[in-house]
Amino acid sequence: MFWGSRKTINMNYFPDEVLEHVFDFITSHKDRNSVSLVCKSWYKIEKYSRQRVFLGNCYSISPERLIARFPGLKSLTLKGKPHFADFNLVPDDWGGFLYPWIKAMGKSRIGLEELKLKRMVVSDESLELLSKSFPNFKSLVLVSCEGFTTDGLAAIAANCRFLRELDLQENEVEDHRGHWLSCFPESCTSLVSLNFACLKGEINLASLERLVTRSPNLKSLRLNRAVPFDTLQRLLIRAPQLVDLGTGSYVNDPSSEAYKKFKAAIQSCNSIRSLSGFLEVAPRCMSAIYPICENLTFLNLSYAAGLQSNELTKLIQHCRKLQRLWILDCIGDKGLGVVASACKELQELRVFPSDPFDAGNAAVTEEGLVLVSAGCPKLNSLLYFCQRMTNAALITVAKNCTNFIRFRLCILDPIKPDPVTNQPLDEGFGAIVRSCKGLKRLSLSGLLTDQVFYYIGMYAKKLEMLSIAFAGDSDKGMLYVLNGCKKLRKLEIRDCPFGDAALLEDMGKYETMRSLWMSTCEVTLGACKMLAKKMPNLNIEIINENEQTESNLDDNQKVDKMYLYRTLVGHREDAPEFVWLL
Amino acid sequence: METERELNLEATELRLGLPGTSDESAKNTTHRSNKRALPEQPVSANMATTSKNCDQETAPHTKAQVVGWPPIRSYRKNSLQPKKSEAEMSGIYVKVSMDGAPYLRKIDLKVFKGYPELIKALEDMFKFKAGEYSEREGYNGSEFVPTYEDKDGDWMLVGDVPWEMFTGCCKKLRIMKGSDARGLGCVV
Repeated sequence: MFWGSRKTINMNYFPDEVLEHVFDFITSHKDRNSVSLVCKSWYKIEKYSRQRVFLGNCYSISPERLIARFPGLKSLTLKGKPHFADFNLVPDDWGGFLYPWIKAMGKSRIGLEELKLKRMVVSDESLELLSKSFPNFKSLVLVSCEGFTTDGLAAIAANCRFLRELDLQENEVEDHRGHWLSCFPESCTSLVSLNFACLKGEINLASLERLVTRSPNLKSLRLNRAVPFDTLQRLLIRAPQLVDLGTGSYVNDPSSEAYKKFKAAIQSCNSIRSLSGFLEVAPRCMSAIYPICENLTFLNLSYAAGLQSNELTKLIQHCRKLQRLWILDCIGDKGLGVVASACKELQELRVFPSDPFDAGNAAVTEEGLVLVSAGCPKLNSLLYFCQRMTNAALITVAKNCTNFIRFRLCILDPIKPDPVTNQPLDEGFGAIVRSCKGLKRLSLSGLLTDQVFYYIGMYAKKLEMLSIAFAGDSDKGMLYVLNGCKKLRKLEIRDCPFGDAALLEDMGKYETMRSLWMSTCEVTLGACKMLAKKMPNLNIEIINENEQTESNLDDNQKVDKMYLYRTLVGHREDAPEFVWLL
Repeated sequence: METERELNLEATELRLGLPGTSDESAKNTTHRSNKRALPEQPVSANMATTSKNCDQETAPHTKAQVVGWPPIRSYRKNSLQPKKSEAEMSGIYVKVSMDGAPYLRKIDLKVFKGYPELIKALEDMFKFKAGEYSEREGYNGSEFVPTYEDKDGDWMLVGDVPWEMFTGCCKKLRIMKGSDARGLGCVV
């Protein structure tokens, strides 16, 4: 506007600082990636101003190259092992080590402040190095990681002077018995979020109370099983400002003094919006929670094995504003009906099995899901473990809820047909993908033929992640998906009859995706070798646990586990013996 | 590979039920691995009813699992039922001794729903009376007192901790003579 004339605006005269300021408002990773592609000067400015980086696969780039690319890095998210590692399909030492990243960033002048890790191997050594290398370090979030002990946590507590967040979610931590909490110095008053629910050992309760007392900004506190009821009550008195609470052990006698004090304490916690824990629970004590239920937006009772359906529903009836509910299947279909009538704001539902190995016992069926879909029109994210599912039910769900972004259905018997019609569930899932145009993530189960993949390829245009098990008839199934799902980023397949023809038909496709996992399929070693030869930007890994050497297997043999991913840095150097990099 | 898969799948619950002919969707059996050879009949419906009967005799078979299925994180699996999957199959058997009795007995803690049932069973088994339990005084007015050794090796009075916690940590039971049991919280 103030240039006046019709000359083309030369962006080189536009001050860098202004561009930088504008870029500050661009926060999504995708958008920032696009910005850096516009021209050289935008690339440069974006490069130096980028603070947050997300790496969905830690082997897609090396630490050194990342540091060179984004020297202003402050916040890093790293994911390590492939998703199926969650289900024991990937051997322990496969990889995903944190240490090299900390070492490289520590040596450089990166001022790391936040680190979020998922499925990585985190050693105590790396935690200690982390705690000493970055004076402004503020936030550590570990999800499904392993390899560390409470000693590593002690280093973080002791050395990170400005720590705001320590969030441990579902990690396997070796517990050396609770002195780590005492390592937070008296001068540490900056904590905003503390989650140690996954720790199995004892906790120094006095240290915990002192820590909470001197943390006025504490908003999120999730305790482990070792924290008893009366400590919980005292903590609530010290931290009535909590927004997110995870109880530890929730066992007490309703007639006791401690219980009465708890009831009084929780009344003043009117900021609590998120509630979880109940790792050990006395059902008769649940009524103390009712006063805060009306404000809850997130309720996670998926570890509360001691609560029966009627106790669950009594509680949930008070939760009128609930947006996310994680629950065990002992709630039953009827219980889900109560959810449907009470929780009109529900967006996310996860129903976990309380008895995973006894398919006949799963207490929820297609009925519960239909009820929820009818009562909760805002539902957009589902994880549902059930005993059975019908096409009719899925078609109804698809009609009721067109907003699904994530739809994960797990029928405990993985190849079970529709029990009413005996048909595969192709039509049911077909209805879901046809109706939910924004679907980004889908997990299938039940008896399924190539037809379901035909539907997915045809309709699931926004699909980014697909998980398939025990499904399909032929290569056509996989090809429908690879050809049709233009936005596909992650594809994971186990126990399906997809083979070389499907794998090799469109090799370039894999460069548009983050990764492909195929295990117990029909893919041969020869095909994997050919793919590796033709596509230098892909790492093809064969995970072979049978103690055979590469020379023993001939090219016609089927490969047990193959994991391929795009990468800028070629073969990784930390692969164990049983991983062959082709 | 085919044979391995065949074996694996045969060992799973999926295979239980009636063998039989499959319906139309079994066309491409040659393409598929053996999992497709499973019948299209309402096997699962039968399984739901017969599995309960089968359970007792063939419990180990029905519990055999496909690796990585159902897709639940190990952390969650371990947290929910740290002992349950073993217990489902084998029960929680602990030795029971009684002071003065010539030999020990064994009971399955899993079959009891709580302390009253357990105490009654012990009383019946060893022909004694445990007396009235209270948190403050332990077992009052009895000659014999039920105690147990926990996983730390300490001898504890039966009844103080929640039932689930007890079954998880009880290593063995001992019915002590009342006079020896003083000092275990029985006194006031």
